[in-house]
Amino acid sequence: MTDVTRPGLRPSRIAIYGLLILACLVYLVPLFIMLVTSFKTPMDIRTGNLVALPTEWTTIGWTKAWSQACTGVQCDGISGYFWNSFKMTVPAVMISTLLGAFNGYVLAKWKFRGSDLLFGLLLFGCFVPFQVVLLPMAATLGQLGLANTTPGLVLVHVIYGVAFTTLFFRNYYVAIPDALIKAARLDGAGFFTIFFRILLPMSTPIFMVSLIWQFTQIWNDFLFGVVFASGDSQPITVALNNLVNTSTGVKEYNVDMAAAMIAALPTLVVYIVAGKYFIRGLTAGSVKG
Amino acid sequence: MEHTQRRPAGVVSAPSRLLDGLQRWLPKLVIAPTFVLIGIGIYGYMLWTGVLSFTSSSFLPTYDFVGFDQYAKLMANDRWLTASKNLAIFGGLFIFACLFIGVVLAIFLDQRIRQEGAIRTIYLYPMALSMIVTGTVWKWILNPSLGLEKLMHDWGWTSFSFDWLVNSDLAIYTIVMAAVWQASGFVMALFLAGLRGVDSSIIRAARVDGASLPLIYWKIILPSLRPVFFSAVMVLAHIAIKSFDLVMAMTAGGPGYSTDLPAVFMYAHTFTRGQMGLGSASAMLMLGAILALIVPYLYSELREKRHD
Repeated sequence: MTDVTRPGLRPSRIAIYGLLILACLVYLVPLFIMLVTSFKTPMDIRTGNLVALPTEWTTIGWTKAWSQACTGVQCDGISGYFWNSFKMTVPAVMISTLLGAFNGYVLAKWKFRGSDLLFGLLLFGCFVPFQVVLLPMAATLGQLGLANTTPGLVLVHVIYGVAFTTLFFRNYYVAIPDALIKAARLDGAGFFTIFFRILLPMSTPIFMVSLIWQFTQIWNDFLFGVVFASGDSQPITVALNNLVNTSTGVKEYNVDMAAAMIAALPTLVVYIVAGKYFIRGLTAGSVKG
Repeated sequence: MEHTQRRPAGVVSAPSRLLDGLQRWLPKLVIAPTFVLIGIGIYGYMLWTGVLSFTSSSFLPTYDFVGFDQYAKLMANDRWLTASKNLAIFGGLFIFACLFIGVVLAIFLDQRIRQEGAIRTIYLYPMALSMIVTGTVWKWILNPSLGLEKLMHDWGWTSFSFDWLVNSDLAIYTIVMAAVWQASGFVMALFLAGLRGVDSSIIRAARVDGASLPLIYWKIILPSLRPVFFSAVMVLAHIAIKSFDLVMAMTAGGPGYSTDLPAVFMYAHTFTRGQMGLGSASAMLMLGAILALIVPYLYSELREKRHD
């Protein structure tokens, strides 16, 4: 449908480009404001305005956010929480993706009685609002001695992420011809051999989708972090919220914005490097099949 | 994985029969842990919360049942009514604005635009950000003294005043703005993918018949994208009902509780105000809202698949 626009419609072309560029500005301006504010001095922020460039560029906001800013009662910056988020995100992403790959393989290629029902239950699990599981989960984590720990958060993210990863892999493997699997089985290849020798080598794209989707989801999560973690085990999103919304002392917007940038950078970098897979994950999550 | 390979074809010995049995059970064994986790973590806990919503639990779960008391209390609770009303305002505006912006941008981007990839990347990057980051930035932009207002004053519009963030009647709209900024690019991506799937011969035929391009979009192309509309509305409504982070970051429900959404209400009552029964009841109503949306959707999806 790209070949329907007639050449020679100059004014309408200009209008189209104009609107598209205007929209680009709208999407980019908040990022721009966040960046320039983070490099300003507090003085500059009071005298200048949102989009004015700093009169004097300084990284004081960044260093302060990283190592001195107060998040609630403690004042040693957000660096510790930044690493907390990594320690939580990396294992949770790995485990949920691996589980999802095996589950997807079973649900697509080793169907058994009731496997479709299981898939339905999983699919529905993607939609459940987490509010209905928070309280029992908090009680369970307490019983297991995992309350307010990073392993506890990993467990939570694995449980509530595996429905999505299974969906990704199942839909990917369904498209692979059954004949391929049958032939391998006739040759005597077993469950794991088929997975590792045949499916795994062609699974790179869907692994990318799952890894990136899970990374973004788990890194950006706030609800589980604020409910199941406290103090030293909090992830970066919770720390950022505490930093921005503590009412003690003078508000330092350059520190707030630097902290927001720090919290945003890992997912932004992933998006810029592998945006293609991120978009596939987004659309796979909404348009199933 | 190795043993099955080493087995010579055609030779069936006792251990290999055992292995065959194992092979049959292997898929179920592999998937079992997930279903234990999901079974407990989603369905078991859902039931548990349901049970708690019929108890008088306050700071700790207790099991003296009070019937539908908590639900009755909820319906008479001012804060809950505000939260529900806010969800209607927020959800309605959020879905409508995202759809409108998303469709317009997708159609415009579908006109053989140079640098389309770069533009798409720009529209979609907010989806990669945490809602807490988005909220932090928008809170700063909308800051009543140093934000947008000061910018307009500096640019010469001295009578400009913008205090929505701290105005209890208008604060909910600032949340809509930030949410639309974050999610509209995603809707654009959905529709762009849909537009790319439209058969171009239909459009060429319509052009030959003398139909104008806007008319073709309005009468032919958009109606054919109905499934995309449904998917987008589903996802957006889902985001709206679960919205929590953005409110916490921008207003924490304030001023007062004027920007409370059900998710914020649930969190506050369950975890900080010691009203677990009431909080559980609110969670169950949220589940009910999602079910009312999802069940017909999944039903029609599955039925369509069967017809194919």
